[in-house]
Amino acid sequence: MQRIYFTLPAAALALLPGVAQAQALGDRIDSIFAASTGWFVNLIFASVWGVPWIVGWLVIAAVVFTLYFGFIQFRAFRHSIELVRGDYSDPNDAGEVSHFQALATALSGTVGLGNIAGVAVAVSIGGAGATFWMILAGLLGMATKFTECTLGVKYRNEYEDGMVSGGPMYYIKKGFAERGLPLGGFMAVMFSIFCVLGALGGGNMFQANQAASQVEAVVGIPTWVTGLTLAVVVFVVIVGGIRSIARVTEKVVPFMGIGYVLVAILIILMNANMILWAVGEIFRGAFTDSGIVGGIVGAIIQGFRRAAFSNEAGIGSAPIAHSAVRTREPITEGFVSLLEPFIDTVVICTMTSLVIIITQQLLIDAETGRYILNDAGRIATASGATDGVPITSAAFGSVFGWAPYALAIAVILFAFSTMITWSYYGLKAWT
Amino acid sequence: MSDKFVVGYDGSVSARRALEFAVERAKVQGGTIVLAHVLEWSPYSFLTPTELEERHKRRREEMARAEEALASTVVAELKEAGVPVEVVIRYGNTADLLCKIASEVGAVQIVIGREGQSALEARIFGSVAGALVQAAPVPCTIVP
Repeated sequence: MQRIYFTLPAAALALLPGVAQAQALGDRIDSIFAASTGWFVNLIFASVWGVPWIVGWLVIAAVVFTLYFGFIQFRAFRHSIELVRGDYSDPNDAGEVSHFQALATALSGTVGLGNIAGVAVAVSIGGAGATFWMILAGLLGMATKFTECTLGVKYRNEYEDGMVSGGPMYYIKKGFAERGLPLGGFMAVMFSIFCVLGALGGGNMFQANQAASQVEAVVGIPTWVTGLTLAVVVFVVIVGGIRSIARVTEKVVPFMGIGYVLVAILIILMNANMILWAVGEIFRGAFTDSGIVGGIVGAIIQGFRRAAFSNEAGIGSAPIAHSAVRTREPITEGFVSLLEPFIDTVVICTMTSLVIIITQQLLIDAETGRYILNDAGRIATASGATDGVPITSAAFGSVFGWAPYALAIAVILFAFSTMITWSYYGLKAWT
Repeated sequence: MSDKFVVGYDGSVSARRALEFAVERAKVQGGTIVLAHVLEWSPYSFLTPTELEERHKRRREEMARAEEALASTVVAELKEAGVPVEVVIRYGNTADLLCKIASEVGAVQIVIGREGQSALEARIFGSVAGALVQAAPVPCTIVP
């Protein structure tokens, strides 16, 4: 029964981004939602010295983990790949969840619109330089992910019937208790509450919203139709237990991701002569004032922020998926999980931003070499697009005419798989 | 020490023929039948989070089910016929595992059945028999 109580509001709320654009009714819902969560959003993203504190906190944590574990993300990188390949797997454990499977599932939860839309938003506000800081944040995030996933496996619950559950709600509680510290239970409950909220907001609404806007831009279907459809399908999958849809999506999405990267690489190679220029742009933007609002600091904030949103390092969602792996040493899963921010941020996000930069979506003033800003203080784009997915779509579309259509399908599938994964995380946190 | 015959057994008609063939030889030579049942599994498939969580439980169930299915049918039959029998149930690639099991138990022969795929099918999906003759550590009999 709990499941149904949880998913009913989830499905209702997932409707919001789509319906919100259905004029009057939408506006009202929008304002109700903004009014009820506005204070909370403001608190979370409140700025301290111009940096949202939550982003600063994640970066500080990542730096601490990196130093404390002696740059584990570089030392253990090779070992991680060997683990995923199964070099160290016990043959008698065949048939159990392998390292590869845990990684693939966790990845399909993180690789999604953050990589397509989030990056476009980052570079359109922070310029090419944001890419540099995004990669740096991705590399640092690997240490965070390593830490949280090791804990996730170490403090997981294994039940009599063989089900396995893990995640921050378990390790915060058990870990604190082990060290005799108070408030562990309280914080575990807080995590669960926030995880459920996050599953609704970042996990579902943003995804549905971005997917819908791409579909509208490409095929002309109003956003509320897409939103409604997505919500209904997710609702059916979760409540109706029609797992086959979820299973098919989960199996298609990894190939979608690979396809996305291949197309991006193709575009980059077709413009091979511009790679050096693009890299130069990234470094120039990272360390000099390229004319964006906020200067270098603006680029840093955008980069860090998008990286955090995309790879979810430190968010606590990944340990939930990783904790199901069959291993005797929790740390092996930590090693495996550190590949996640690498693939997500350092590889895929960088691809997106290189494509945007190389196809010259960001307009640069020929005389001063600075970005041309539009009225909203963002960098003007060649296509005139201002939103996340449309910028990426225009960048890909400028090379391949069919790309926006493929992207529309990809975006829906990504959105759908992330929504399902997050609904699952939300559910785990709930129970 | 009695000779061991590894039989790839999946309950199909062709596997049945292979088993009968092996049983005849085993009876004559006074050998043991090692029933190898392989559950196809790739560690590189993609699973949903729910599948991940339930995997350990499912695996146990699948193992138990396979064991029971074998025990109640062929194993009982063979025991009645007076042929010593061992059962090995594993996850993974059929051909690989048959080879591995054969070397582990020190078998003298591997016996498998053949489905009679068309050449095209075998080319696309690969055939267990084809892979096995290439890699088997011991003589290998394919029963048509």
